[in-house]
Amino acid sequence: MALFRRILSLRRRARMEQEIDAELREHMAMCIDDNMAQGMSREEAERDARRRFGSPTAMRERVSAEDAALGIDSLLQDMRGALRVFVKSPGFSLVVVATLALGIGANTAIFELLDAVRLRALPIEKPGELAELRIVGGNRGFGVTDNFFTDFTVPMWQEVKEHHDPFSGIFAWRTSDVQVGAPNQLHRVNGLEVSGDFFSVLGVTPVQGRLIEPQDEASCQITRVVASYSFWKSQMGGEPITANTTIVAEGKSVQVLGVTPPSFFGMIVGDRFDLAYPTCTPPHPRGEAFVYSVMGRLKPGWTLRQASEYFNALSPGLFAKTAPDGYSSQAIKTYKAFRLGAYPAGAGVSYLRDQYNSSLETLLAITGLVLLIACANLANLMLARASGKQREVAIRMALGASRGRLLRQILLEGALLAACGALLGAALAQPLSRALVNSLDTSQNTIHLTIVADWRVLLFAAAAATATCVVFATLPALRSTNAEPLTSLKSGERGVVGNRERFSVQRAMVITQIAVSMVLLVGALLFVRSYRNLLTLNPGMRESGITVGYLGFPSANVKPENLASFKRQLVDDVRAIPGIENAAGTTNVPLSGSTWGHEVEIGSLNGPSRFTYVSPSFFATLGIPLLEGRNFTDHDTNDNPLVLIVNQAFIRRYVGARSPLGVQVHVRPEPNYPARTYEIIGVVPDTKYSDLREDRQIQAYVPIAQLPVTAQQPWMAMLIASRDPAAAQLAVRHTLDGKYPGIEMQFFDFQQGILDHLVGARMMARLSGFFGVLAALLVVVGLHGVLSYFLAQRRSEIGIRMALGASRGRVVAAMLRNACAMLVAGLVAGTVLALFAGREASTLLFGLKPWDPVTLAGSAVLLALVTIVASLVPSLRAANVNPIDSLRAE
Amino acid sequence: MAKNDLQGALDLLILKTLSQLDSMHGYGIMMHIRRVTDELLIVEEGSLYPALHRMEQNGWVRATWAITDYGRKAKWYALTRAGREQLASREKNWAQVVKGVDAVLRLA
Repeated sequence: MALFRRILSLRRRARMEQEIDAELREHMAMCIDDNMAQGMSREEAERDARRRFGSPTAMRERVSAEDAALGIDSLLQDMRGALRVFVKSPGFSLVVVATLALGIGANTAIFELLDAVRLRALPIEKPGELAELRIVGGNRGFGVTDNFFTDFTVPMWQEVKEHHDPFSGIFAWRTSDVQVGAPNQLHRVNGLEVSGDFFSVLGVTPVQGRLIEPQDEASCQITRVVASYSFWKSQMGGEPITANTTIVAEGKSVQVLGVTPPSFFGMIVGDRFDLAYPTCTPPHPRGEAFVYSVMGRLKPGWTLRQASEYFNALSPGLFAKTAPDGYSSQAIKTYKAFRLGAYPAGAGVSYLRDQYNSSLETLLAITGLVLLIACANLANLMLARASGKQREVAIRMALGASRGRLLRQILLEGALLAACGALLGAALAQPLSRALVNSLDTSQNTIHLTIVADWRVLLFAAAAATATCVVFATLPALRSTNAEPLTSLKSGERGVVGNRERFSVQRAMVITQIAVSMVLLVGALLFVRSYRNLLTLNPGMRESGITVGYLGFPSANVKPENLASFKRQLVDDVRAIPGIENAAGTTNVPLSGSTWGHEVEIGSLNGPSRFTYVSPSFFATLGIPLLEGRNFTDHDTNDNPLVLIVNQAFIRRYVGARSPLGVQVHVRPEPNYPARTYEIIGVVPDTKYSDLREDRQIQAYVPIAQLPVTAQQPWMAMLIASRDPAAAQLAVRHTLDGKYPGIEMQFFDFQQGILDHLVGARMMARLSGFFGVLAALLVVVGLHGVLSYFLAQRRSEIGIRMALGASRGRVVAAMLRNACAMLVAGLVAGTVLALFAGREASTLLFGLKPWDPVTLAGSAVLLALVTIVASLVPSLRAANVNPIDSLRAE
Repeated sequence: MAKNDLQGALDLLILKTLSQLDSMHGYGIMMHIRRVTDELLIVEEGSLYPALHRMEQNGWVRATWAITDYGRKAKWYALTRAGREQLASREKNWAQVVKGVDAVLRLA
């Protein structure tokens, strides 16, 4: 209370001083009155009063000095003092604030991204209650899985929809593209298929019209949709929704029921839905297709663990009931052993989280280390400044200033700098974070992420600033006030370094800097080299000049048994276009991330293999040589013997040393893919399959014309080789459009698609490289500063030595020896740290180990060079010390 | 141990005076102390006003501007509850100091 009043009174300082003046004036007047009453003349009375009273100004200052002793006023004074110091040395302050802003800004930016991707709750009602059901340990590759989030088949969903005691409500959802617009201006938008209770369980309320409700779940044709706010605004003009509002989706006019609020983006963080439509119950649900993600809201009183136990107990019955037909008994056994578990889902699901989590954490560690180096640098700077003020501090302490007061002043300077840095850093963080998100965008996929500075981010920035301040200001403050005033006064600005201990702290700090920079440089080199490895990796096939086209022809209404020849015709048509070198159809585009496989039996051996169904021209188009046997021909159809071309990994695993040609390969049955026996007719070398990072995959190729009729789909991926992809794309589009009206076409560049998969590695390489260089620069600054300070301290000592006959070379050598000792200590510590840190980052690397000797040696050499450059200037300056000058200064 | 010093004594004198007079201005406090001690203790302005200011900031006394009997405007001080508590503890404290000093004097 009293403290509060004092703080308040500070703001009324001027008024209070007036009041004190008035009170004292009245006091004088009363004194004069009394004197006159005792018979003095007015003049005499006034003189007597003034004599007794003394100077009114001095008196007022004595009264208001009472406040100064109370502390707060002096705090302001200190603050003003600190500001004055900064204004006097703007260069120093600028360097400090800029360093801190960069350090804190980078940290906050990465944290902001982590926050957005992982921590922030979905914009729904009570997100903490939302739980996701998943198969514990995943479905182990059983059946067909839509994407990473889909763990439920339609029959599973129907079961769990009826039995969910722990949940007050439950819903299923999945993402799927929707085609909107008239036939001549079709485009794909992000669709969100939801069950009837989706919006009510989430607690999302419409801004226009109504949202999807259980009664909408009827037709398997899309007839009703709900638009997202951004879709409504950008594609529908934001017109009010009425009962007659329709748009064209999937070629038909559909009713728009309503619009979701702007904050609701769907369930996937980093993605944004455009249209939501109701699920349906298909007449023959496929038991092997995992298409839905299922979530529910926990009833009050239920914990996630209890819910997991409930669903675990439910699982045996559920999986026994929903087991699909057409599988071997072994596969069905696996299926029936699945167990469901409940997991928190309040933060939604995210590809980004799974893809970039460890990258972001590594980046946060990297930026943290950079901030640490910056702090060490600043601490050294402050220490050097504090030493410069040694004499001042000593005099003040000798005059009776308390240690606490001096400490406070130095800490306050630090706190002010840290606060300025943090403010600037927080402002920098947002654009940095956005830039980071944009750097992860690819040619086909844009990340939609709201980056906002919420309380977590602000808290983080504040914590970073506080920690920074503590690190870089406390030590110098303690050191400078620890000194004995007498010794400081005596040694003052003389040339003898009285206290070696003081200097050793600075050395320790430089050693720390070198060690941490070593870690950062090793990290940078590892990430850059691993990105280079990925870029220069030979996937075993042609990458440049290949266009990938996805062709869809459901509107042509080709009968399944005729699809094979229809596809051959398509490929032939494209190959006939002038300018096209070659073209081939395939069911799976290499290096696109998708996979397809079957279980095979060869003699007594059995196991999985990747299967791709391709045109005969596939190997020629991608430049994959045939090592043995013959290529497919147009005669390899379902009417002729079934044939297989396998890669070397397949041979190594299943065939062994005997001649592979003619070996029989049995393929186990799966829904739509009956049991079959193929004969190996050719061998190709190992090529990368779905991802550059993965090891050699066991692969087998089947002629696309031998795809089982039941598995024929009215779409095909086509690889088109040409010298000018842009022109080729136009020509293909033109030709096919003319010949097959209504055919859907989507093209992208094969090489670009591969590069798109490397954005994560690219980000790590760029950022870690940037921070590695920054760390090295900071080391230069720090080392240069410390050595310059060292020189300043020992200037006269060097002078004396030179006067006594020390050669310049010896002086320089002594200085360099000093730097080298720190360098060696730093490098040793840094190598040990880097080895430890590398273990954490090993999953992000490709083609090299975290203890890669070349990288370690390279970083050490780089740092050594940097150190020598940084220490050369002060060392040479030491050699130029004029003995006469420095001795005269004594 | 009794904690006291000259400043403590001055605070005690002012607080006691205010408790006897209910409310008084600075000049009056000064004159009152002078009168009741038969000019044995003279509180200087240079000590009185800083002390009053500090007490006001600490919330021991409350001040209001009012007119004196002789038609002068003056700042009148009165004890607050906190002030009365201070007075009680200081009186006790003072008694101990006196006892202690007495004991030393008797021995000497």
